Amino acid sequence: MDEALLRSLVPSVLGILVRRGADFAAAEDAVQDALVEAVRVWPAGPPRDPKGWLVTVAWRKFLDATRADASRRRREDLADEEPGPGPAPAADDTLQLYFLCAHPSLTPSSAVALTLRAVGGLTTRQIAQAYLVPEATMAQRISRAKRTVAGVRFDQPGDVATVLRVLYLVFNEGYSGDVDLAAEAIRLTRQLAAAIDHPEVAGLLALMLLHHARRASRTAPDGSLVSLAGQDRSRWDTRSITEGVGILQAALARDRLGEFQAQAAIAALHADARTAAETDWVQIVEWYDELTRLTGSPVVRLNRAVAVGEADGPRAGLAALAALDDSLPRYAAVAAYLHERDGDLATAARLYAEAASKAPNLAERDYLTRQAARLNSRRRR
Amino acid sequence: MAKYLLLKHYRGAPAAVNDVPMDQWTPEEISAHIQFMNDWAARLEGTGEFVDGQALAPEGVFVRYDGEGRPPVTDGPFAETKDLIAGWMVIDVDSYERAIELAGELSAAPGAGGKPIHEWLELRPFLTAPPTITE
Repeated sequence: MDEALLRSLVPSVLGILVRRGADFAAAEDAVQDALVEAVRVWPAGPPRDPKGWLVTVAWRKFLDATRADASRRRREDLADEEPGPGPAPAADDTLQLYFLCAHPSLTPSSAVALTLRAVGGLTTRQIAQAYLVPEATMAQRISRAKRTVAGVRFDQPGDVATVLRVLYLVFNEGYSGDVDLAAEAIRLTRQLAAAIDHPEVAGLLALMLLHHARRASRTAPDGSLVSLAGQDRSRWDTRSITEGVGILQAALARDRLGEFQAQAAIAALHADARTAAETDWVQIVEWYDELTRLTGSPVVRLNRAVAVGEADGPRAGLAALAALDDSLPRYAAVAAYLHERDGDLATAARLYAEAASKAPNLAERDYLTRQAARLNSRRRR
Repeated sequence: MAKYLLLKHYRGAPAAVNDVPMDQWTPEEISAHIQFMNDWAARLEGTGEFVDGQALAPEGVFVRYDGEGRPPVTDGPFAETKDLIAGWMVIDVDSYERAIELAGELSAAPGAGGKPIHEWLELRPFLTAPPTITE
C-alpha cells in the first residue's frame, strides 16, 4: 500500500470534515481512525477512489464518536445535511490546516506535533518516537494543542511565516526513529507550495532540497560528521540539487527576497562548486550580507565571518569575528577554524577543545574533539 | 530483572588508570573509543538489557524556589564543582553480578594509545516498585 499517497490525502479529508461542521479536534481524531482502518483493509481491497473512501469512513467515525457523546441532536442535524464526497476545494483546505496547526497561540513544539499529525497524518506513536518522548506525553501535547486552537475559525487567513518556521523546525531536528522527519518536512513543504504561491515557501523548499541532497555525504560510515569541505561531492544527490536550484531561481526572479531564499542561495552556491576550492565565497559573503539585512541575526553574522575568512583570508575572518559576542553558540568553533587557517595551531586546538565542551549535540562534540586531537597530534610530531 | 544506572563522571570519580584528556588522543583513538561505545550499546540492545543512554553537557546551573511571587534563583555554573556527571547508561539485568560484569566491560573502553581507560564508573541500583506478593 502506498503510505505516502494515503498521508497526502489527510489534509483535504480533514478539511472536508471541518467544512461539514465537525469541530477540528473531533475531525482530526476521526481521520486518524480512518487511516488506521485504511492500513488494515486497503491491502486486501484497495478502493477506486481513495479520498472518497477516507471521507466516508472518517465521517462515519466522527458520527460514531459524537453519538457516544450526548450530542445526538447535533449529529442528526449534521447527518441530514451531509453532502456527497464530491470535489472539494482541496488546496484551500490544506492551506487552512497548515495555518491552524502553526497558529501563533501554539508553542513551537505543540505546533510541530500538531502539524505532523493533522497535516502529515503521522500517528502519535510515530511522532513520539521521532522526538524521543513517551507516547503518552506526545498524546497530551497534541490534545492540549487541539484545545488551544479550538476557538480559531477555520477560514481565518493565517500567517505563512509561522507555518514556514514550523516546517523549518521539523526539517532541522534531523532524523531518529522510523520516521524520516527531514523527508516528511520536504513532503509537507512541497504540499504547501502546491497550495499557495509564495516565494518564501519556494525558498524554504529549495533550501530543504539543497541540504537534503548532501545528506548521504554528511556522515562517515562510523556515524561521525563530515564537514562541508571534506564531503565526497560525487555522493551529492544531483536530482535534488537540480530541483532545488530550479525552484530557487523561479522564486528569486519574482524579486521578493526573504531569509529562506537567501539561505537557499548560499546552499545553491555550495552545490554549484565541483570541489570545495571552487566555491564562490565572494558571492556567498554577499548573500550573508543580504541575510544579515533581512534578519539582523548574530548567528548569521557568525556564519558570515567564516565566509569572509574564505573569501578574504583568515585574518579578515578573525576581524569580522572580533565584532561579535563571544557567548554566541559555536563562536569558539568558528574562532578555532579561522585560527587554524591562519596557522596558529596551538590556539586553534585549545579553541576546538573549548568548543567541544560547549557543543549542543554529541555528533558535533565528537567532531570538535577530533579536530582538537588532530591538531594536538600534529603539533606533537 | 533489576535496573541499574551506570554513571560516567567528568569529575568526582577516582582517577582512571589511563587518564588522558580526549583532545590529547589521536583522531583514530577517538574513533575507536566511539565505535566501542556504540558496539557495546548495540550488543546490549541485542541481549535485551539496554534501557537508555544519554550524555550531558558539562555546564549546568543550580536552581531553587525563592518564595511566592518571586522568580526562581539560579546559581552557577560552577567551574570547580567536585562531582560532575558526564552521562549515563541504564541497564536492565538479571543480577547484581551481571551489572558489575557489564560496568567492567564499559570501563575497558579504549583510550589514549588504544589502551583501556580503566575508568571508574558508578553503579547505582534503581529503587523498584513494591512487590505485589508481600507474605
